[in-house]
Amino acid sequence: MAGIDAAIWPALDYSRVPYRLYHDADIYEREQERIFRGPAWNYLLLDAEIPNPGDFRATVVGETPVIVNRDRDGGVHAFVNRCAHRGALVRRELSGNATEHVCLYHQWCYGLNGGLTAIPFRRGVRGKGGLDPGFDMGEHGLRRLRVGSVNGAVFGTMSDAAEPLEDYLGAPVLGHIRRLLDRPVRVLGYNRQRIRANWKLYAENTRDNYHASLLHEFLVTFGLDRATQVGGVKMDARHRHNITWAEAESDTAEIARGAYNNARVRNDYLSLREPALVAFLPDREDRLNIAVTSVFPSSVFVQISNSLAVRQIRPRGLDEVEVYQTMLGYADDPPEMTLHRLRQANLVGPAGLVSMEDGEAIELVHHASKPDADRATVIELGGAGVISDRDYRVTDVPLRGFWSYYAELLGIEPAGAIR
Amino acid sequence: MSVDRAAIGDLYAEYGALLDAGDYDAWVGLFAATSSYYVVPRENEVQGLPAALVFCDSRAVLEDRIQALREANKYNIHHDRHLIGLLRILGEDGGIVTVEAPFAVYQTDQEGATHLFATGLYRDRLVSEGGRLKIREKRVLLDTFAVPTLLATPL
Repeated sequence: MAGIDAAIWPALDYSRVPYRLYHDADIYEREQERIFRGPAWNYLLLDAEIPNPGDFRATVVGETPVIVNRDRDGGVHAFVNRCAHRGALVRRELSGNATEHVCLYHQWCYGLNGGLTAIPFRRGVRGKGGLDPGFDMGEHGLRRLRVGSVNGAVFGTMSDAAEPLEDYLGAPVLGHIRRLLDRPVRVLGYNRQRIRANWKLYAENTRDNYHASLLHEFLVTFGLDRATQVGGVKMDARHRHNITWAEAESDTAEIARGAYNNARVRNDYLSLREPALVAFLPDREDRLNIAVTSVFPSSVFVQISNSLAVRQIRPRGLDEVEVYQTMLGYADDPPEMTLHRLRQANLVGPAGLVSMEDGEAIELVHHASKPDADRATVIELGGAGVISDRDYRVTDVPLRGFWSYYAELLGIEPAGAIR
Repeated sequence: MSVDRAAIGDLYAEYGALLDAGDYDAWVGLFAATSSYYVVPRENEVQGLPAALVFCDSRAVLEDRIQALREANKYNIHHDRHLIGLLRILGEDGGIVTVEAPFAVYQTDQEGATHLFATGLYRDRLVSEGGRLKIREKRVLLDTFAVPTLLATPL
């Protein structure tokens, strides 16, 4: 990676991010190696998506295709979806139920634990050809991932050096994932969008609290979420993850009008013909109506009012990212609550009333930053210098936490860097 | 209600023209007083999952989405072009006509570059209301469920 080292950072507190980091093919390759195939834990899927023995589902770790399946004993296994023989994608379907995985190309056959179980013509035909008797099938299984789970959210890592999953997530993030998944979930469906931007711009966007009520005007206009509510950002000790949180009905229209200087700020939902679009029906004791937990590198656990989801950030080359979102309800939701969640799914996803703008905004950054790689973004909302939690949301400090851990994994952390 | 192919064809021509002209209020006027509009990713439909990208189970929600599009949402500056294919009229039952039509929507940016934004299938139920043909329910089955960038203007 010629020319990319710790000197790339203009500031030790990561308050300047060179555009090059979004546009350099060598950096992208190093991310795949040192983050996605490195010691990070990557969200794979939910237990509830593969409930029965033999259920499998395709997912990704970075750009690497991965299969997750459940074996006959109920155990969950994850392995790289790539034949040990010639490197072909083994399982072509995105989901299903199977007793084995057979490669299309030469029919090498793998069990539900990823082990190689059969090879056609292994002993040749009529005593001729085939594999050498010394060929060890045990050494030619699908590459296995270590897996771990938190209340049914399954994570995987390809690295033996990764710390235990719970240590990686840290107490605040563990608490928020356990809160969101505190009872069995029901998958309501999926949505996907392909954004023509580097994947890190989306990872930053979910940690960027400053933009939320400015870019997503719907939030403010219809009283769903405002920076004047009681809220803040909370990170793990290493500052690689972030939780954005806010409490429902913790401000007033007067406070909000003063702050936004905007006559369109409304305190009620009367301007909507269907107030249920934004009505918050608490699922539990706390008053949080916004809880967005970004887990490094590529997943986000989301509660926006009563819409619940897990987003997976899927890099698709340097210039494109897919946001793959699994919409959730709880298994014990009564039918009217399911309907409420389906209605509030209008808020999120590629057509989301409070999220559609993200695709446009990060494309604007990707497009305009590309030709001038040596210039840098400015990240100073909530102050430069030390990286720490805030009890307010007019801040983008968690972005600097993201870059701090990113620099460590890529091996470009400058001496004296602020973590 | 008898099946009037010409009137049904006119409704679809009007539907595409109003959207492409950005006249969303007139477009909402093509829906019946009691009506619904859904944009459903094909993968959800195939798996029997209920979530949609756009879930307007009443005309009120549809009107709210149009209000939001006008007052709050920001999206890529572009021009839409709907190409609606041959109508397949599946039948009439109790005054409701069921129609399917394939569609493609192209988007053109400010500099004149066009790309295919979406293909899919309309699966619709039409009724006669006040002497005019109206949409009772429209399900947009979206083939292109890996949505390019974002979905703001209606399909």
